[in-house]
Amino acid sequence: MSQQQPALKEWPLWEVFVRSKQGLEHKHCGSLHASDAQHALQMARDVYTRRQEGVSIWVVPSNTITASEPDSKDSFFDPAADKIYRHPTFYDIPDKVGHM
Amino acid sequence: MYTQSFSTADKEAKPDGKAVVQPLNAADEARQTHFDAVIDADGKIEPRDWMPEAYRKTLVRQISQHAHSEVVGMLPEGNWISRAPSLKRKTILIAKVQDEAGHGLYLYSAAETLGTSRDQMLEGLHSGKAKYSSIFNYPTLNWADVGVIGWLVDGAAIMNQIPLCRCSYGPYARAMIRVCKEESFHQRQGYEGLLVMMQRGTPEQKAMVQDAVNRTWWKCLAMFGPPDADSPNSAQGMRWGIKRISNDHLRQKFVDATVPQAEVLGVTLPDPDLKWNEARGHHDYGQIDWDEFWATVNGHGPCNKERLATRVKAHEQGQWIRDAALAHAAKQQQRQQKEAA
Repeated sequence: MSQQQPALKEWPLWEVFVRSKQGLEHKHCGSLHASDAQHALQMARDVYTRRQEGVSIWVVPSNTITASEPDSKDSFFDPAADKIYRHPTFYDIPDKVGHM
Repeated sequence: MYTQSFSTADKEAKPDGKAVVQPLNAADEARQTHFDAVIDADGKIEPRDWMPEAYRKTLVRQISQHAHSEVVGMLPEGNWISRAPSLKRKTILIAKVQDEAGHGLYLYSAAETLGTSRDQMLEGLHSGKAKYSSIFNYPTLNWADVGVIGWLVDGAAIMNQIPLCRCSYGPYARAMIRVCKEESFHQRQGYEGLLVMMQRGTPEQKAMVQDAVNRTWWKCLAMFGPPDADSPNSAQGMRWGIKRISNDHLRQKFVDATVPQAEVLGVTLPDPDLKWNEARGHHDYGQIDWDEFWATVNGHGPCNKERLATRVKAHEQGQWIRDAALAHAAKQQQRQQKEAA
């Protein structure tokens, strides 16, 4: 996620994902520094859920995330661009069929 | 809380409003064109996207200054936690100060996505190189200061921060959305605390509120930063979609919003020139003392030294626990590896 240089004394960086309520997915909400996973969970509770914003938290070491390259955004996602037949609006259906 | 707009000259930024600095080669030129197009379309820039170096630097400076302001902003109010007049006010104040710590953390995280480390930023603050909002270099002399910080200082902060929710840099905009959601509690708790003193307080308590307003009003107006005419960096910030509304415009909005609130509260704002201007449809207000503002920004305010010293001491005295936590984590990891082997 970031290009920071790890300093010796700095606690590692964690990405925080919060499920705001049962039935919804965990969503990325930010990052924080903590010494280990348990510590990161406690910190995440205090930093990101002070007003009951969550019922479940995931923390992931930031350096374990593999991300697609922003520079190759075009070539990476291009294959989907010309496949308009994957969308329902590609197909003309007579009005009298009703909602489909 | 909020950091004011500084107009320290940024050499790479061209004042003609072009987002382009100086493309180095064809590849960078293409990236610059793409960046400009995204900005022009009011799009968002995300951490690993290409961005001009000056844009990155400006953001690191602004976001870290903002984070520092949140952190130092805990000190003037923190002074009153042990002396809050009731358990209710104490719990509210603790929650508020904890929010400021949280705001600092959201913002440090946002700045770190630009490639600066937390330690680098803290070093900047502790060495005095980095700035923070000058409003926190004034003392909180009485309990009403706590209310006035919530009402006026956080009120000014809200004016400033709402447009930042639309900032072109994604992580900063998202951090600001989170901050703004919490800021309303800060302003309302402060105003309500003052209202109780003005409506049910003794004459001494009412005088205390007026005194706090008198001392803080002009400093709040200065928080919006120098007048537009003296803010050469503003145009570049606007071009980059970092700044959305000019300093003077935001200041005017704040004055117009605050006048009726002061009336309901029953305090006067200490400006003889403050009056409604029918033709403009806004309130006119007097001259801000910019010399005092810059003196405070440059380290000569009444509490600059004390605030920084308190901050450095807290950091140094906390070093052992940060070390201990890392040592504990390393020990746990070794133990797990041994058990697995």
